[in-house]
Amino acid sequence: MTTAGVRATARIAARLDGRGTTALPVLESDGPLALRRTRGRGDEARVMLVGAMSGPLGGDRFAVEAEVGAGARLHLGSAAATIALPGQSKGEARYDVRIDVAAGGELRWLPEQLISAQGSDLCVSTRVDLAAGARLVFREEQVLGRAGEDPGRLSSRLTVRLDGRTLLDQEVACGPGAPGGWDGPAVLGGHRALGQLVVVRPEFGERAPEPRVLGESAALTPLVGPAVLVTALAPDALRLRRVLDEALAALDG
Amino acid sequence: MSRAALLVLADGRFPAGGHAHSGGAEAAVKGGLITGSDGLEAFCRGRLHTAGLVSAALAAAAALGVDPVALDAAADARTPSLALRVASRKLGRQLMRAARATWPSRELDVVAREFPKGAHQPVVLGVAARVAGLGADDAAYCSAYESVSGPASAVVRLLSLDPFDATGVLARLAPEVDRVVGAAVEAAGEVVVGGVDALPAASAPLLEIGAEAHAAWPVRLFAS
Repeated sequence: MTTAGVRATARIAARLDGRGTTALPVLESDGPLALRRTRGRGDEARVMLVGAMSGPLGGDRFAVEAEVGAGARLHLGSAAATIALPGQSKGEARYDVRIDVAAGGELRWLPEQLISAQGSDLCVSTRVDLAAGARLVFREEQVLGRAGEDPGRLSSRLTVRLDGRTLLDQEVACGPGAPGGWDGPAVLGGHRALGQLVVVRPEFGERAPEPRVLGESAALTPLVGPAVLVTALAPDALRLRRVLDEALAALDG
Repeated sequence: MSRAALLVLADGRFPAGGHAHSGGAEAAVKGGLITGSDGLEAFCRGRLHTAGLVSAALAAAAALGVDPVALDAAADARTPSLALRVASRKLGRQLMRAARATWPSRELDVVAREFPKGAHQPVVLGVAARVAGLGADDAAYCSAYESVSGPASAVVRLLSLDPFDATGVLARLAPEVDRVVGAAVEAAGEVVVGGVDALPAASAPLLEIGAEAHAAWPVRLFAS
């Protein structure tokens, strides 16, 4: 290893207990990634990811692993936005998220935004593996730069698999050093906040929502499988969240 | 192999129906995102490094003989917009028809039978390149160049842009097309060894959002 960044892996396992509610036999915080169980709604378990330090900084390697067992219901949120910052160590930072949901399990993954601060260099990789019959609500939001600031370098790949088949594989790269045209009229067009919402439900296999345009720069589209994706761009984090919240409320309706 | 086969396949007059599609440029023009050759260049550059890279890698992998069914599923996962999937399959079907008439082969027949409604266009392009005796780099060049030449000629019609300016844009992008083709062919080589997960997945949010909006217009000049 040439970098001296922080390495941290937080782990969550959610299981259906004997009383029909969700227990958390594994809830492992690690360094800057602190996990807290909070009060959930109904029979779900709710976990809050609390950043105990700033970061990730250049050279850091963060990971979060979550596993939801059959019939268990987990809701993950975070206490504040994650801010990618430049660090003392050379090289990019990495943030890896690995999610597994068993048949009949449900995960609602609704953390706060990831903010790419000027001079930062972060590579995010998210892999979601769902068994047939699993349910998912997954949101990710990226904000390019703090207020009035240029963004850092950010690449984020999201792969969602259902029953071994890839439903979605998408990578966004932006900021200094990203491939050309990232801020142009085909990719981000000057927007500083982008987000995705993936919703997977077995009942979408019978009848998936129709594609529709949401406001000025967002759209919902059915994927090949029992799932939909909302892609949204907005001038800032607040307006982005509003679009994604409305889309989710309409789907949850 | 015949290098001239590449010119046949890449010719804008090859009857594969590409002229009816703008590659998202019509939506971008309507949205005021492309108003002249600078906007066209920025649009094409972004499309080249995202959708263009993915298409070129799919085409290169198909040209190397990777299973078209696996590549087609990988294209689905990398094309979340339903409107773009529909457009890509329509173009794939038209290209298949032209390719089978041009280079009759069992390999094309098998893919045509597997996908009666059309496979994704870059997959068909790669198989067509293969049966024409072309290599992975040829297929990737066809696909990467198409990802920018389509919008360029569409914008000439949409904005009455000077065709010389549009061609200038394509010439300025040439070195980047070379780099994208290099990356696509490298990824295709990894697909042969490690499977379709090695394909790039670069996405362009505005192309996807714009495609859904465009598909809902009652009147439009281009199909996508």
